[in-house]
Amino acid sequence: MIELENVAYSYGGGELLSDITLRLQPGSFHFLTGPSGAGKTTLLKLLYGALMPTAGFVRLFDADVRDLTRDDIALARRRIGVVHQDCQFLNHLSVAENIALPLMVSDRDMLAEDANLRELTGWVGLTQRAGALPPELSGGERQRAALARALIMSPDVILADEPTGNVDWEMSQRLMRLLVELNRMGKTIMIATHDLALIRAAKSHVQARVLRISNRRLQLAGADL
Amino acid sequence: MDRLRGFLAGDPGADRVVPPTGFTAWLTIFAAGAMAFLAVFALALSLATARLADRWGDALARSSTLRISAPEGQMMAQTDAALKVLGTTPGVARARALTGEEQRALLEPWFGPDLPIETLPIPQLVEIVEEGRGYDAAGLRLRLAAEVPGAILDDHTRWREPLVRAASRLRLLGWVSLILIAGTVGAIITLAANAALAANGQIIGVLRLVGARDSYIVQAFVRRFTLRGLIGAGAGTVLGCIAVALLPRTEVGGGFLTGLGFQGWHWLWPLTVPLLSGAVAFFATRAAAQRTLRDMP
Repeated sequence: MIELENVAYSYGGGELLSDITLRLQPGSFHFLTGPSGAGKTTLLKLLYGALMPTAGFVRLFDADVRDLTRDDIALARRRIGVVHQDCQFLNHLSVAENIALPLMVSDRDMLAEDANLRELTGWVGLTQRAGALPPELSGGERQRAALARALIMSPDVILADEPTGNVDWEMSQRLMRLLVELNRMGKTIMIATHDLALIRAAKSHVQARVLRISNRRLQLAGADL
Repeated sequence: MDRLRGFLAGDPGADRVVPPTGFTAWLTIFAAGAMAFLAVFALALSLATARLADRWGDALARSSTLRISAPEGQMMAQTDAALKVLGTTPGVARARALTGEEQRALLEPWFGPDLPIETLPIPQLVEIVEEGRGYDAAGLRLRLAAEVPGAILDDHTRWREPLVRAASRLRLLGWVSLILIAGTVGAIITLAANAALAANGQIIGVLRLVGARDSYIVQAFVRRFTLRGLIGAGAGTVLGCIAVALLPRTEVGGGFLTGLGFQGWHWLWPLTVPLLSGAVAFFATRAAAQRTLRDMP
């Protein structure tokens, strides 16, 4: 599905990631952990084609990312839902419009997708807030809206970068339950987080691989968690 | 054609994703309008000078004037002799002596309507209209020198050529002005589009994150700036046409220029100004947007 093979990434003369090999199998659940600045966000960006590796291969749905045009990468991103810690909304659009944004940019029939949009908005508990503007939302509401936007295209893969970074424990548990539920529906999930307590709590509900970035390299963690 | 129709109809979603920028929008519309206003004047100038050049170049080239200065009592005889010479000169279609009334009308702008022309030693003017390839001016001058010693042939070349040259230069200036105006519109809209693209970098990032193709993002910006160019230039063109239409006519003022303005179907020319402005805005914004997106990670 998405595969990194001996990937390295350098920026500003320094190597941030080195010799990374990773395969996201369909239906798998991964945690990516490591200290701040370890390169978690960089690795996620490599996984959805926002960055090009300086060495090695990145394959998005069996295609080498270097062979893809910008349009090809855009099409690939429609199969990858991304949730950022800062959510990245268009603040002049309503919550519902932000959730529907991937539909808008892919020329989908908005009327035909309306029921899907309502259902998803309800699933993340934002029906009452659909008309609000993003700055009016709480941290938890923003994260749920970002998750809904990531899901609206029914992607194969969901990549979440510190999705619980700005929310309290209760809300982070609620978000995790949503992600676990999605995984049970067959979605491939990867969550980058430095919150080990969250990982420990989630592991009782889902069979997840825990990966750690340490000294620019990716290691399998788990025994210590 | 379908693409053009789709572009004009627009995509409500794409129109919404780029936030409105009130001040920049008004500046762009105002700049496009002002440039269109100037373009209409440049167009009117070019067309008017083209008419002048044609008139001076063609109409005056087909005519010339014979001026006969003779002592009182000989004027009639010399005029008759000149007309006889002209009547037998190949290339002269017709020649006629101007009446006293006509000569008074020619002098009226300088001396007023009550000039006692009969009491003044005013030369007799003979209008010559040419045919075919015209007459041999040097040969005619020799014949006139022999038979009508008081006659001076003025074939208009002396003053017609500089005027035609000046009119042609003015026309060229008008077209150069139009090109400069189009370039200025392009530059202004490119600057505005670049500013908008830079200000909306975060929005472009979000659009890419959710799978928007570059063509979608480009279209969102291009359509907005093209419409601003069209709207501004449309308003400027209407105002420019009104201003040109309100210019005093030469028939009233009797001035030298034949009238800065449009005549007949030339009034259709200003319609091209908003279209040209829209096209300039379209290509300028598209180039700016594509360049920006190419340079973005």
